[in-house]
Amino acid sequence: MRRYAGFFLNANDVSNMTPPTSQAAPFRTPGRIRWLGYASPQAFYPVAGRLIPWCAGAAVALAAAGLAIGFLLAPTDHQQGDAYRIIFVHVPAAWLSMLIYVAMAFWAGLGLVLNTRLSAMMARALAPTGALFTFLALWTGALWGRPTWGAWWVWDARLTSELLLLFLYVGFMALQSAIDDPVRGDRAGAVVALVGVINVPVIYFSVQWWNTLHQGASVSLRAAPSMAATMLTGMLVMTLALWAYAIAVVLARLRCIILERERGAAWVLAPGARS
Amino acid sequence: MIWQTWSDFIAMGGYALYVWGAVGTTAAALALEVAALRARRRAALDDIDVIVRMKGRV
Repeated sequence: MRRYAGFFLNANDVSNMTPPTSQAAPFRTPGRIRWLGYASPQAFYPVAGRLIPWCAGAAVALAAAGLAIGFLLAPTDHQQGDAYRIIFVHVPAAWLSMLIYVAMAFWAGLGLVLNTRLSAMMARALAPTGALFTFLALWTGALWGRPTWGAWWVWDARLTSELLLLFLYVGFMALQSAIDDPVRGDRAGAVVALVGVINVPVIYFSVQWWNTLHQGASVSLRAAPSMAATMLTGMLVMTLALWAYAIAVVLARLRCIILERERGAAWVLAPGARS
Repeated sequence: MIWQTWSDFIAMGGYALYVWGAVGTTAAALALEVAALRARRRAALDDIDVIVRMKGRV
């Protein structure tokens, strides 16, 4: 025991002899990742370029697996027959339409507050893909509604709030493209994006708050899933596939936006910088 | 595998129009987005090439 006590005493002595933190700090710096270093378009452009092939590859592999599970292995639903298989594109697209909006509002808001160019470009890069997934959620929903409800469209809270989401995306893009000065356009778009973010929880909880024709949540963190395990697996794998696709496509669009906006900058004109 | 024949798979229990309509539109939309982005990148790179050539001439 005495030996242990001595050990601790020695340890304390050593720690007392170490230099004050102000001198020790520089030694720690090289090990830390300088996150803000990637916040410049010039630094992030090659990083995005390296990420795209991995995300695209993951998207193709996951989509192949997800479609095989959903269309070859998952059983036919006893109520909806094979019409339910629309779920394998509809739910992932609908989730992504909301997730991308939140990401877009986050980056737009960050750009508004911190005045960081790359965040505003990221918001612009997310919008078209978000709008596309919103359209696909509505389109595949119509194709699902017709055989199960007997109507392509109903003015139900879930459908109407998702349609409003599409208008918010279109409004964001139209406003930004109508303003010639990119920085002013970024700011105006950010205000629209931030105001519109209120709509996302409205979409998500609409099936609980109102009596809707649309069915309740397919997957919930609080309750056991209400569908067969293969169906759930297929849906989750397809969700991951569309996420990977969306990341790849958004990064590719971000690179285009960086090239378009920074084309006067010396780094863009340097040979080999744009690959 | 839950399908007995190839035509069962295509028929989707009588919902072929709806199921394949949803899957086909999604696939087509994503393919178009990728094609549009390729064209946009090409156009951006071409614009920059013009600037590089003009600067070289001055």
